[in-house]
Amino acid sequence: MKKLVGENYTTPDLLAKVTGKARYAEDFRADGMLFAKLLLSPLPHARIRSVDTSAAEAMPGVRAILRASELPAPADTVTDLGETIRANPMGERALTDEPVYAGEPVLAVAAVDEETAVAALEAIQVDWEPLPFVVDPLVSLRPDGPSPRAEGNTWGRAPVESGKPPGPLTVMPLKWKAEDFADYDQGKMPMGEPQIDWNYGDLEAGFKNAALVLDETFSMANNQHHVLEPRTALAYWRGDKLHVHTGTQSAVQTVASISRWMNIPLEKVVLITEYTGGGFGSRATGAVICMVPAILAKKANAPVMLRITREEEQYIGGIRPGMHGRVKAGFAKDGRLTALDLFLIGENSAYEAQGDANSGGRFISLLYQPPAMRSRSITVLTNTPPRRAQSQPGGLQAIMIVEPVIAKAARQLGIDQVEMRRLNAPEGKALWGPAGRDGKRGYITSAFLKEALDKGAELFDWKTRQARSGKRTGSTVRGSGVAVSSFVAGSTGFDGLFVIKPDGKMYVKSGVGNLGTESVFDVHRVAAEMMGLRWDQVEVAWGDTSHPLPWTCVSGGSQTTHAMTRAAHAAASDAIAKAQEIAAQTLGGSPASYRVADGRVSAGGRSMSLADVAKKAIELGGKYDGHTLPENINKVTTTAATALAGEGLMGVARDTYPRDGTTVSFVAGFAEVEVDVETGNYKVLDYTAVGDSGTIIHPRAYGAQVLGRSVLGMSHTLALKTVYDQHYGVALATRLHQSRPPTILDVPRNMKWDAVNLPDPETPVGARGIGEPPVAAGACAVMNAIAAALGDDVFKRAPVTLDSLLMALEHGRPMQEPLTAHI
Amino acid sequence: MSHDDAHRLHDVPASVSRRNFIKGVIAGGAGVSTAAYLFRSGTLVSGQARTGAVERLITLTVNGQTRRVDVAPQETLANTLRYKLGLTGTKLGCDRAECGACTVLVDDVPRYSCSVLTHSVRTKKVQTIEGLADPDGTLHPVQAGVVLEQGFQCAFCMSGFIMATVGYLKKHPSPTREELAHGVSGNLCRCQDYDKILTALHRGSELARGVTRG
Ligand code: FES
Ligand code: FES
Repeated sequence: MKKLVGENYTTPDLLAKVTGKARYAEDFRADGMLFAKLLLSPLPHARIRSVDTSAAEAMPGVRAILRASELPAPADTVTDLGETIRANPMGERALTDEPVYAGEPVLAVAAVDEETAVAALEAIQVDWEPLPFVVDPLVSLRPDGPSPRAEGNTWGRAPVESGKPPGPLTVMPLKWKAEDFADYDQGKMPMGEPQIDWNYGDLEAGFKNAALVLDETFSMANNQHHVLEPRTALAYWRGDKLHVHTGTQSAVQTVASISRWMNIPLEKVVLITEYTGGGFGSRATGAVICMVPAILAKKANAPVMLRITREEEQYIGGIRPGMHGRVKAGFAKDGRLTALDLFLIGENSAYEAQGDANSGGRFISLLYQPPAMRSRSITVLTNTPPRRAQSQPGGLQAIMIVEPVIAKAARQLGIDQVEMRRLNAPEGKALWGPAGRDGKRGYITSAFLKEALDKGAELFDWKTRQARSGKRTGSTVRGSGVAVSSFVAGSTGFDGLFVIKPDGKMYVKSGVGNLGTESVFDVHRVAAEMMGLRWDQVEVAWGDTSHPLPWTCVSGGSQTTHAMTRAAHAAASDAIAKAQEIAAQTLGGSPASYRVADGRVSAGGRSMSLADVAKKAIELGGKYDGHTLPENINKVTTTAATALAGEGLMGVARDTYPRDGTTVSFVAGFAEVEVDVETGNYKVLDYTAVGDSGTIIHPRAYGAQVLGRSVLGMSHTLALKTVYDQHYGVALATRLHQSRPPTILDVPRNMKWDAVNLPDPETPVGARGIGEPPVAAGACAVMNAIAAALGDDVFKRAPVTLDSLLMALEHGRPMQEPLTAHI
Repeated sequence: MSHDDAHRLHDVPASVSRRNFIKGVIAGGAGVSTAAYLFRSGTLVSGQARTGAVERLITLTVNGQTRRVDVAPQETLANTLRYKLGLTGTKLGCDRAECGACTVLVDDVPRYSCSVLTHSVRTKKVQTIEGLADPDGTLHPVQAGVVLEQGFQCAFCMSGFIMATVGYLKKHPSPTREELAHGVSGNLCRCQDYDKILTALHRGSELARGVTRG
């Protein structure tokens, strides 16, 4: 049997990447292609009274102008389970006549080139009516605070009489009482009426029995995704079929989004998305802005390219919700948590709410296993750009808010930081979150976080570093920090599809997005290994839905490795069963006596090649070559499989494997920093991370996720933030250099990664996802290392900037305004 | 900010004249994006009046070939390469010298092609990612290093990093890991697996010197 799982290999897209042949959206050309430009709102909240486009329309070279009123109404969504989710009339669209943030696209022009399009935009007269706005969630929560929309500052449902179904989600006002803000000026986060409130265990008793109780406020900044490839799109129509070239995290599910946005049937959408320059959650199912070239292409009857600029990307590209948190935590003398009370205030745009604030508490309940816990949260809308899920959404913010409290408690109780996390760590099928309707708390599939901590402590040489932590040499002090992190890591129920043709090769259809995680290829190595094929006998087709692809998860929330290795396993199991039947029919004996290995199906002395099995499958037809398909597969897969029917032995199946618990992965991160107390400058000297995410499929891709996402996490500690002019409500950090992701010089030169590599018992391949949990591990290990060097209470918000450290060191207390957003 | 200041925020638009407010905001940045990053087709009526006396049809030496190309005076090298010469391996991540995705070699020196005017390289040699491998397909050692180590993730930054490395190695053929990191520090990767990127590029530097490993 060829071993592919757990081995390194060269992905089939790499040669095109290194030679510059890989084509991302902006690299395509179409005959007669026009260019589009967007008019952005200069105001944080306004209504368009009137627009005069006559001068622009008369300009030579201008081919079409698109207003928001011309956008089709978005269609409702019908989920895989047949549930209908109504399109929300207050949700984000590609263009609007009532912008709710500065920088929001309001109209677009298509012209023969961009210069002409911009000249046309400048000739368009817009009469704006400015409207009240707010760019700070706590300002909006004040009793008479402004709201970002006339309807209010939160999403909610109007109360209904009992027995009646709840109304639709809508924007409504939620204001707190003046007394809730009593301690605001002392930097204590106010805690008024929450939207979500859950608890378990006896909180009061937990605090009463605690040897140490801490009550801390911490804030973390909003920050952009900063994907390097902006969300550019090229669109054209061939007959009534819309073709879109754009980046996305999911080839298959983005077809569904485009069909919903455009309100056209699924089969009228073709998506070309072979390469995507990063996603990080911001383009899970593409980006709504691709509607603009799509509709302009129809109006102008020509292909339209909309190149998104870096500034535009800052507005429409997505922002991780910033968050304020307040934590009251009780600890026994031995360091064990006795109770934890968490309140999170998440910020959101005036569009669809992200669940970050609501979901954060779950990860805290899992990571530190407090015997009693309460989690309250609220999500407040402001006139700032759309929030989108960003690697470890909610988990990152909550962990950044709680980890410093755990570190502070360990220092006060005199307990080693690694030991502190170890003794509170989850184990096995650990419980998490609140009780469900059945009164029982949920649990996860498995946890080996203690093993990850042990392995990391050894690899990082924690003891040696800990011994020198906090010691000063000249003007510099070293500090070492450890942090734990977790996030959901896998979904179920998707489909696998491949054909083994009479040439003996396996042709796989991959519906996964190619955004750099390599799972678009990695997951199929499971099927290839099961079929006993070498990797050079496997061809993977991806990223072009004109050749239909099977139903596949979105590559977000670390789902893919888990979900799609299961689907690949199911498809391979299907193909093996069929091959066994064909061999038994052809050579005699029972199907069960046959084994598939080395490209052959064999039993005792009887054997036939998979190439011959493929020929036989075509002769037999029916289920063998895909003329008859399983009933439980998604209709998207049925279409894709039907297109392949008759070409060979088909493996096609839905993942119906059982799973007991929620799939979650963990990472333990370790960092050492050196802080110059005279300048406030600090440097991350070293970093090590160890993952617990089951069996590893592709070690190098795995290491890239562990360290790459750890550095994304560090960017939250080191630098990234949005900055707003609170007076005018406009963004001041509109480019990379004003909110700069770490460069290669900002991170240690030799980082280390490793993994526990113990299989998850609840999935046939044993693999869970790893994309998310490194983020908070990286962010918090560095943050904790800074605190270890300088002591507690030097900083109360992230990013931890040099000036804030310097000011705090000079004055002996944090000098920031802890609760103002976007500063 | 005090409580009172916080309250005053939403009154601002009413107390500022709308016209000045919008003007101020546009000057402050929200409107800037439409004025940058412009691609011109070079064939358009509206552009012709502005071209003045500068000759537009120029000869460029790109990847060892001479190419005649119609270039507007304000056109950047990145746009000429991508839109006139079909060399789309050079990427645009920011179009303003912030990310390095557009790095090419101009007379063997790494330059941000988004911030170089095409007219300024008329007498120079330009090399892009497409010109690195031999015509028979043999990869440049730096490309080979990336393939051997499975370097980079989404790879949108990759051609810039590779060109920056090739340029750096011309002057520093035997860099340490640390030195090479400095050599490519003008390039940004948002997938941020700098560790494996550096391993791959450093492997490339070894291959370029003929260092083999078991
Ligand atoms: S595109 Fe030239 S530096 Fe970013
Ligand atoms: S690999 Fe994605 S930006 Fe560098």
